[in-house]
Amino acid sequence: MTTDVAIIGVGLHPFGRFGDKPCMQMGADAIGLAMDDAGIDWNQIEFGIAGSNEVGSPDSVTRLVGLTGIPFMSVFNACATSASAIKTVADTIRLGTYDIGIAVGMDKHPRGAFTAPPSFVGLPDWYGENGQFLTTKFFGMKANRYCETNGISHSTLAKVAAKNYRNGSKNEKAFRRTPMSEEEILGSMMLNYPLTQYMFCAPDEGAAAVIMCRADLAEKLTSNKPVYVRASEVRTRKYGTYEVHATDAPIEEDVSPTVYASQAAFDVAGIGPDDVDVIQLQDTDAGAEVIHMAETGFCEHGDQEKLLADGATEIDGPLPVNTDGGLIANGEPIGASGLRQANEIVRQLRGESGERQVPGDPKVGFAQVYGAPGVAAATIFST
Amino acid sequence: MARAIAPDISNFPADDAQLIGGRCADCNAIMFPIQERCQRCSHKNVSEELLPRRGTVAAWTTQGFHPGFGYLGTEDPKEWKPIGMGLVQLGDVIKVEGRLTESDPAKIKTGMEVELTFIPFYTDDDGEEVHTFAFQPV
Repeated sequence: MTTDVAIIGVGLHPFGRFGDKPCMQMGADAIGLAMDDAGIDWNQIEFGIAGSNEVGSPDSVTRLVGLTGIPFMSVFNACATSASAIKTVADTIRLGTYDIGIAVGMDKHPRGAFTAPPSFVGLPDWYGENGQFLTTKFFGMKANRYCETNGISHSTLAKVAAKNYRNGSKNEKAFRRTPMSEEEILGSMMLNYPLTQYMFCAPDEGAAAVIMCRADLAEKLTSNKPVYVRASEVRTRKYGTYEVHATDAPIEEDVSPTVYASQAAFDVAGIGPDDVDVIQLQDTDAGAEVIHMAETGFCEHGDQEKLLADGATEIDGPLPVNTDGGLIANGEPIGASGLRQANEIVRQLRGESGERQVPGDPKVGFAQVYGAPGVAAATIFST
Repeated sequence: MARAIAPDISNFPADDAQLIGGRCADCNAIMFPIQERCQRCSHKNVSEELLPRRGTVAAWTTQGFHPGFGYLGTEDPKEWKPIGMGLVQLGDVIKVEGRLTESDPAKIKTGMEVELTFIPFYTDDDGEEVHTFAFQPV
């Protein structure tokens, strides 16, 4: 016997750079915003799951919001940290262990690319000594091969980034809020061919929270229109894939964990890509958004060239992708990124997204994350 | 005398030096570098295997900025010149990620034939020259 899960409150601390403000305070602020949104008190929350890359014990946030003695645990799963927090809260409610829980993610990264010894992901030291331990290099290789194989032009990559900066300019909580032309994007520094500087997201700071409950309690707890978590699936790389941080890949090829996570999520939800009205994809770089459009099942490989030319992924298009500007405009505080996606989908499905609202009363949302060393998650939401 | 960046992943400075991977005796999966358990079948029956020296570029990019943390090359970060990076299919055995000696996007092609080489990388604290592996166009 399982139970449906409803999201009754969402809270988003802006993403960007916030000087000396502690990461934990951003997390507490996101929790406060989510409670205000739901109209509930901290002492109604029965359990919590927190995620962060930079903060060792993000569950310590209870000190700032209230020491109520509830079980509060931390998860870390790289770029799928937030999605894993959402999954853990939703599954725990589904199982009937608790009725009301919160997922919160927070991070505050130093500027520049992520740095750590290769041994952190099970790789030999020489991989880093040789200059190979860089996520962006993988994204360049994957995007380059994908563009060549599937007829995607570099100007289409620029279109993706330009669209996300444009959407970010309509989002008061985004990091990068200045629209940028395709020419500026293509002309910026080549970081990893064919990906230029402005085609990449940047690590930054931020926090996000989502409060969930047993669906039949939603009406009693909040006046918000409930949004249901219909599926949340996490997958890791299988033998045969070439993923972020790899010394090798076998000859036999398998598909990315995004494909498996997405298919599983659609199966669990009993919903297909055609039913989805608003989409959030991991756009670590513009190539990743293009690739993930097909890996998640929203189009065939190669169709993206025409879809982008037709504006299909714009807010008013048939496949609105990253309506809040995605990672490219918001940056990536790893622990909070997937919860930002959930915030945006919930606001869109409630019709609260102001000038970036997807028209036509959207009812179904889909969010995907992907990251090192080959982990993906897909979450499906509906009204 | 020169040595290679990691003594256990190649037989450098042998003539026509090769990378050393592993072969699983149970499922025949090839891996690089060698590790205790097979990535495909998880069995602990893996032994050393010399990998082919020649292959083709399966995927490539350039590294346009200094790799930073942990990188042992001695280039001045401010004077960084892009280097080619590739995933190279060696024979019909395995794909290995590594540097390309070619760094010009106009001159690197997916499918181009390359072979393993060892290039000077840095000089260690004892004054010994350290080489790293790379793939050069044939």
